[in-house]
Amino acid sequence: MAKSSGRTLYDKVWESHTVDVLPTGQTQLFIGLHLIHEITTAPAFDMLREKNLPVGFPERTFATLDHVVPTDMRARPFLDSQAEDLTQALEKNTSQFGIQFYGLDSDRQGIVHVIGPQLGLTQPGMTLACGDSHTSTHGAFGTLAFGIGTSQVRDVLATQTLAMDKLKVRRINIRGALPEGVYAKDVILSIIRRLGVGGGKGFAYEYCGPVVEKMNMEERMTICNMSIEGGALVGYVNPDATTFEFLKGREFVPKGKDFDRAVAYWSSIASDSDARYDDVVDMEGSEIEPTVTWGINPGQAVGISEKLPYPEQCSDPEGAKRAYEHMGWKAGTPVLGMPINVAFIGSCTNSRLSDLRAAAKIAKGRRVHPGIRALVVPGSAAIKALAEKEGLDRIFTEAGFQWREAGCSMCLAMNPDKLAGKEICASTSNRNFIGRQGSPGGRTILMSPAMVAAAAVNGKIVDVREHA
Amino acid sequence: MSADVKIVKVSGTGIAVRGNDIDTDRIIPARYLKEITFARMGEYPFYDERFDAEGKPKTHPFNDHKYRGASILFVNKNFGCGSSREHAPQALFRFGIHAIVGESFAAIFAGNCVMMGIPTVTVTSAEIEELMKLVELDPQNRFAMDLDAKTLSYGERQVRFDIPDTYRNALITGFWDSTSMLLSNLNKVKKIAAGLPYMTGFRG
Repeated sequence: MAKSSGRTLYDKVWESHTVDVLPTGQTQLFIGLHLIHEITTAPAFDMLREKNLPVGFPERTFATLDHVVPTDMRARPFLDSQAEDLTQALEKNTSQFGIQFYGLDSDRQGIVHVIGPQLGLTQPGMTLACGDSHTSTHGAFGTLAFGIGTSQVRDVLATQTLAMDKLKVRRINIRGALPEGVYAKDVILSIIRRLGVGGGKGFAYEYCGPVVEKMNMEERMTICNMSIEGGALVGYVNPDATTFEFLKGREFVPKGKDFDRAVAYWSSIASDSDARYDDVVDMEGSEIEPTVTWGINPGQAVGISEKLPYPEQCSDPEGAKRAYEHMGWKAGTPVLGMPINVAFIGSCTNSRLSDLRAAAKIAKGRRVHPGIRALVVPGSAAIKALAEKEGLDRIFTEAGFQWREAGCSMCLAMNPDKLAGKEICASTSNRNFIGRQGSPGGRTILMSPAMVAAAAVNGKIVDVREHA
Repeated sequence: MSADVKIVKVSGTGIAVRGNDIDTDRIIPARYLKEITFARMGEYPFYDERFDAEGKPKTHPFNDHKYRGASILFVNKNFGCGSSREHAPQALFRFGIHAIVGESFAAIFAGNCVMMGIPTVTVTSAEIEELMKLVELDPQNRFAMDLDAKTLSYGERQVRFDIPDTYRNALITGFWDSTSMLLSNLNKVKKIAAGLPYMTGFRG
């Protein structure tokens, strides 16, 4: 346990990265690591050119391609000329400004929030920014990580700093243990359901307690990833032995005696045992069951044994009515047995090796239900290779799933992977917003990878615990 | 270090988009983020809610001629939740929206707005309902937002709004375009960077 000064990890990392208090009253915060991708960055580089500014710390920015890349036919030039233009712009900008770029020909390419941790770029006690709201993912390492817009990307490129306001910290303590068949995805959906999609506004979420401590790094990333869906810009877990074990030996992690010094530092930035929090929430892990969304935001979720709620039972009855209108579902009916058309396993939420293993365990020896389109999209080229080494690809393809190349794919459909018409998709991604998966009428049901695999082979929503 | 454009007052007619938790995918569908500049974003706000699959206009305030020329947008709770895409406020701004009044805003969206010089201010549920009704009843009603006084005036009436002090300061001093302000501290930035152990690979 870190020495007692009553401070949270958030307080400590904020302080160590504070450059100055600005004339506006905002804090100028140093950004230790900046990750960029092909979307949201091209105009930022244009703004730099307009202002005739160089990139201040080019060695602190790393780039990859994820949002627009096709996950099947990756030959260049891409068939989609807009995707090709964005890709060429990133290639040109990174080359011109001396920024490391992991393109499609690199074995380090992948979803930006998957490769940061995988390469050991993401480290405890850092500040990390990226022009993508799911940057909160990196908080799993005790990193103060948050999504930014394009003008902020410009500021990070130019100055390696941002004008920021300090957040409050809410401690979310998950007690006890999770039942069999209940995953990190179910935990975070339950948290958002309880605290609301706007409930985290103004807060950083610190996830802790026995359930979180027992989780591996990939599970912690799933939890932190969806912090923003609960309205929290930042979510983090205090670094511990599990964190250090994950990082050891990775490409950008210090080696030997330097690693020992790093561990000592990383340990010192964890929240103190007597840290003061602005709010504390306790939840019971044993009460969480496999959870799925029924509406058009991630807070509209139910446990698998529950019936769909009546609008008047919801915190926002009008929002619930709008959700039912879009989904075409009726309040009061069980969520179990709802038919699906598409199954998607992937995204920065759930595309890592343990996610693929959990899904493969369900898929093994079974067949995707007739008429269902099922995709498995690994989060990075490296995860794809590891999965293939243990034969997961064969399990999936023999079951009738398509096995794809790394990318964001159907999470946000800025590439050829899209829903059509009013298709219903069981999805491991993070957002069930209207139109999110590429069709204005498309419908998304968020759930864990095991639940999606079970839905794919049954053609409907089932309780994965009865299909293990 | 120079502060460029000070934003103290915004005035004009209003437009209301009702509903809580309106996410940035609804404000601008992801497919338009594939354009390499923000230049055409003003054509796309709420696109899938305004047009059907054949491109035929649907009923939506942003399609309604009554509201043409509106510069103040009225919204409900948690507006702009979801993705960090600056394309969302860019789309609204380029459509003509120069200030947003709501019950609450999502964090990244509000941050993007201030970086673009768009005030996002909050009022109570009862006040937003009254303001929305006023806009819908007579789209020609004019509103005057004063960030100095933190007031929104219309006709003979006035409502006080909230805005985080730092956002307000950034707008009224012109430092919402923050690059030059941040750059002026470059020496301090380098000093802080040099003191962070990971910047030197934890070498002893």
